[in-house]
Amino acid sequence: MNAHLIIRIAKALLLARWKQTLVAAIGVTFSITMFITLLSFMTGLNDLLDGLILNRTAHIRLFNEIKPSLDQPINQSKDYKGSYNFIRSIKSGSSRQEIYNSQAIMQALRKDNRVTGVAPKITAQVFFNDGSIDITGVVNGIDAREESSLFHFNDYVTQGNPLDIENVSNSIILGKGLAAKLLANIGDVVLVTTAKQQQFSLKVVGFFQSGLQELDKVQSYASIGTTQKILGKPSDYVTDIQLKMVDINQAPTVAKEFAKLFNADAEDIQTANSQFETGSSVRSLISYSVGIVLLIVAGFGIYNILNMMIYEKMDSIAILKAIGFSGLDVNRIFLVIAISIGFFGGLLGLFFGFLLSMFIDQIPFNTPSLPTIRTYPINYNPAFYLIASIFSLVTTYLAGWAPSRKASKVDPVIIIRGK
Amino acid sequence: MDESIVLQAEHINKSFHDPVTIPVLKDVSLIIKKGEFVSVTGKSGCGKSTLLYILSTMDTDYEGDLYIGGQAMRGRTEKQLARVRNESIGFVFQFHYLLNEFTVLENVMLPGLKLGIHSEVEVKDLAMDRLNTLGIQSLAAKKADQLSGGEKQRVAIARALINSPSIVMCDEPTGNLDKKNSLVVFDIFKKLAEENKQTLLVVTHDQEFAKNTHRTIEMEDGRIIKQ
Repeated sequence: MNAHLIIRIAKALLLARWKQTLVAAIGVTFSITMFITLLSFMTGLNDLLDGLILNRTAHIRLFNEIKPSLDQPINQSKDYKGSYNFIRSIKSGSSRQEIYNSQAIMQALRKDNRVTGVAPKITAQVFFNDGSIDITGVVNGIDAREESSLFHFNDYVTQGNPLDIENVSNSIILGKGLAAKLLANIGDVVLVTTAKQQQFSLKVVGFFQSGLQELDKVQSYASIGTTQKILGKPSDYVTDIQLKMVDINQAPTVAKEFAKLFNADAEDIQTANSQFETGSSVRSLISYSVGIVLLIVAGFGIYNILNMMIYEKMDSIAILKAIGFSGLDVNRIFLVIAISIGFFGGLLGLFFGFLLSMFIDQIPFNTPSLPTIRTYPINYNPAFYLIASIFSLVTTYLAGWAPSRKASKVDPVIIIRGK
Repeated sequence: MDESIVLQAEHINKSFHDPVTIPVLKDVSLIIKKGEFVSVTGKSGCGKSTLLYILSTMDTDYEGDLYIGGQAMRGRTEKQLARVRNESIGFVFQFHYLLNEFTVLENVMLPGLKLGIHSEVEVKDLAMDRLNTLGIQSLAAKKADQLSGGEKQRVAIARALINSPSIVMCDEPTGNLDKKNSLVVFDIFKKLAEENKQTLLVVTHDQEFAKNTHRTIEMEDGRIIKQ
């Protein structure tokens, strides 16, 4: 009953000065709108930039590094067990880039439920021959299907069908920059020379554009089989195994485990790309700060309007107290006023924030380095809406706190006597 | 304690301390019994309004003891005192102090809703009943700021009566009204006192008004000189 009455009085006071109320509410609406839009846009952009690298990067990469053996023969000799052995000019031994027993490893990994996908890869250093000019490049042997489902390979193939490298024998997809250098079109044949001086003719079936121009100038993709043929290797030859994890945060620990288990080198995404996380967290921090500053400004607006309202309503406060409303009741009335400004202003703000985000989502954004992006990126994360509504209520509560306290302390005797 | 005593004040002293200490009430004691129509008169500054605010529990900064309906008011919390005002005291002020955001009916209902004993429908009936008694039921739907001074004061009286208080306190109820409206208001008080046996305590400097009440308390320089 009492709560109902307090809300009723608050409502009457609010509506009696609806223009002031509206101004206060618009302040909150504006800041919540900007908060939502800013965060959605910033996070959308963050996701886009991170995705540029992270989507195409394996969470864990298994490979064999060319390096000297840690266990040199002299250390195995019983005669020198007790001594320090200084060895100079160690050379990397006959270690191979190939992953031993790759088929069995891949089978084991596919059964591991922490792993969502496994894709093999072969990297081959080659020269592309264009008349008398040799251009250094890399042929990546991939499984086009796996690569598309795990690393969005199909998104970056701007012309041609990625599956053609599997279907057309001796075919290749060239990076856009590389194709431009070679003056190659789809259907043309390019000549590659391997490090072991073997020449191959490959048919161009598509172009890809990764968004990183340096990459596009050297990279090309062919099927695993084609690459094995170029290198003259058997069909179980694989240099890299790329993994996607269920939980990306597990990658570092699992990488260590796999390195030991499969006797290979394993690199996790956190180690390989640590700079990206730093960048996105700083960008989020900036957007949150700006959003909160906007809300604080709106809070001061509410504070001012409530203060003014209390001066105007001194008589009403005095009479409410005289007829039996306690200081606490008066305090609550003004808090209800403040919070309802926050609530309704905030609600409208969420709505307009959503509209504005949708609008930005429609603005064309074409850039040659991001072939898959057509409009500005927006992240519609419900968490932003939740944070914004909590913030709007908390800010208005804090803005209303001091004026409400002041109202509850109004001495009715002074007001009534003062007339 | 005597059941018939509505309000009792014992040895009330009060001083204002700003900027120097000036005593305004000196050893004031009084008793108001059920059904009495009492007026307090005296010159401006004799402390009669100050006394009323102390008796109404709104001013708690005083020495001495105050009993309303046999209950001591000393040492009560602000919230308990608000409850006492809501339940047992009705107020009529010189300046009508209606809430302009509400209609006449809502203004009258407000203390009743705050009391929370009756449902809203019952409070509405009670309020209409009070408005009928005062002959202003036709104003019920109007906003408070659309009324004339005399009408406002009658609405204020209706509001003071909504919770059937044990005492109605008035601070210069006719001070801001013309002759005709003053008479109307006085007649209402008279009727309330005689027909409804409503206890009334009226502070006024209107000698004419005071003369017609049952008992007049005269004050001078913070003391009661005649009861």
